[in-house]
Amino acid sequence: MNEKVRFLQGNEACVEGALYAGLRFFAGYPITPSTELAEGLARRLPPIAGRFIQMEDEIGSLCAVLGASLTGLKAMTATSGPGFSLMQEAIGYGVMAEIPCVIVNVQRGGPSTGQPTHVSQGDVQQARWGTHGDHAIVAFTASNVKDVFRMTVEAFNVSESFRTPVILLLDEVVGHMRERLRIPEEGELPVVERLLTQVPQTVDFHPYLPREDGRLPMAHFGGHHRHNVTGLAHNIWGFPADDPASVDRLMHHLVGKIDNRAMEFAHWVDHQADDAEILLISYGASARSALDVVRRFRERGDRVGLLELQTLWPFPAALVRERCAQARRVAVVEMNMGQICREVQRVAQDPDRVYLVNQVDGRLVGPDTINQALRMIQGRGF
Amino acid sequence: MRKEFLFAGSGGQGVITASIIFAEAAALKAGYHVVQSQSYGPEARGGSSSASVVLNTIEVGYPKVIQPQVMICLTQEAFDKFSSGIRPGGLLLSDPFYVRRLGRLDARVRLLPMYEAVRDRVGLPITFNVCVLGALVGLVDVVRPEHVKAVISDRVPARFLDPNLQAFEIGLELAAGAKPIPRLRSGPPPSPPDPVGASCDQGCVPPARLDESTGSR
Repeated sequence: MNEKVRFLQGNEACVEGALYAGLRFFAGYPITPSTELAEGLARRLPPIAGRFIQMEDEIGSLCAVLGASLTGLKAMTATSGPGFSLMQEAIGYGVMAEIPCVIVNVQRGGPSTGQPTHVSQGDVQQARWGTHGDHAIVAFTASNVKDVFRMTVEAFNVSESFRTPVILLLDEVVGHMRERLRIPEEGELPVVERLLTQVPQTVDFHPYLPREDGRLPMAHFGGHHRHNVTGLAHNIWGFPADDPASVDRLMHHLVGKIDNRAMEFAHWVDHQADDAEILLISYGASARSALDVVRRFRERGDRVGLLELQTLWPFPAALVRERCAQARRVAVVEMNMGQICREVQRVAQDPDRVYLVNQVDGRLVGPDTINQALRMIQGRGF
Repeated sequence: MRKEFLFAGSGGQGVITASIIFAEAAALKAGYHVVQSQSYGPEARGGSSSASVVLNTIEVGYPKVIQPQVMICLTQEAFDKFSSGIRPGGLLLSDPFYVRRLGRLDARVRLLPMYEAVRDRVGLPITFNVCVLGALVGLVDVVRPEHVKAVISDRVPARFLDPNLQAFEIGLELAAGAKPIPRLRSGPPPSPPDPVGASCDQGCVPPARLDESTGSR
């Protein structure tokens, strides 16, 4: 059998994507429904001189990942809701100290230990605002095994390009379902390598001095350029600084490097969305059910379309605003109490035409539920 | 052309493995769009276990089964829990060693003595799931036997390959000889079968057993 075409779970595809992107360090604490990631990497990393560490908890896991990344390795951790909560402090540290890393959260039902084996999309706003302080974050998602692979590679690319933690928000259904995956040849997908400083050893290196294009070259921590890393507000040397000018520059840099590139980070798929009178907006596993509904309505000649989001943060406001303007009604399909719906309502010109179609009982929202909701929205009853 | 398969049994019977092999053959060899998923949950450990396979000629949307056309129930518990959800006229594959009470299903039921066959002829009851897989492949026209055998060869350790391939062949054989149990429609209870005229060869359940099923659903 061709080794490059395989039948894999979403979680396994994430492992393959991470390795394709050059992952060499994983620290984590296995938790359902993300366990296959730790399992797969425990097997795959040692033979390629990578490092796998099972840590004492998720706080230690992300801290180990940050440390490994500073020394020059592409690093990742994987968890689910309860572990993601524990990681929030270190996510903020990664944002502040501008350390590239990828954090996979295979979402399950919450809050607290919630429903370990059931699907949910309840961590969307936590990914955005879980860590304290003003900051920007990048979060991707995917609805099928092929896209899990692709978005994992993209997560590493963005994290390396912009020195930022990137969150990959999968869900239990996508993480556990198996589909065909053709693993791309080397070079088929772009892989961004770390931008290293060209400053010679004898010249001072400023780890937090952006180049003209906004990127910050790094030096391997522990290598010949000595520099400081801190969670405190800092200057271009990385040393604590509380003078208003340094803090102001830092804050605008941290938020601007991501929020100013919202459309550059935006990934989405249009499913007959261009002429849709009713536009569905969805992501992850629920987008698959929404796709079935689009097909069902189109067969009858109803102009229903789907905008499937693969980038949740920074929220692709310009894209969503434009698509919403073309549709008469917008229905946001998700498995939470309206975490992306509120973003759509925020950016749509007419928020009263934006409806939430959700299900939060631990089961994947099905086509029939969406169908029923659309009939209500159309004024056709149940 | 969406087609849904539900595999149900108890933990350890290998239903999930069977579903993965079937789905992989359909996806990688037969060229369908396929999604396989399985039940996770406390019940997956030791108790009941189930897996679903959805295949289509276009991209599969909703990845779970809604009303499966094909159901494989390998314990009485699984049968009682799932059989009423089968699509009317669908195919239900089971084994009389495990399932004795059948409801009045609007389905084509095939009861094949797969467990006894692998126990007696292969000598390894653990190959039961691969025998079930053989019977399934024989009964539904989705994947070619050689494609499934190729996947089995990839997935099964070399020293267990021969007994598994033998079990697969036995499954195909049983499917080829399988006679349908008369289609049982829901409605008023059927009149008791005539024990004299009823023959029960391989693949068919003794009519007396159908009687026991009254009200079992």
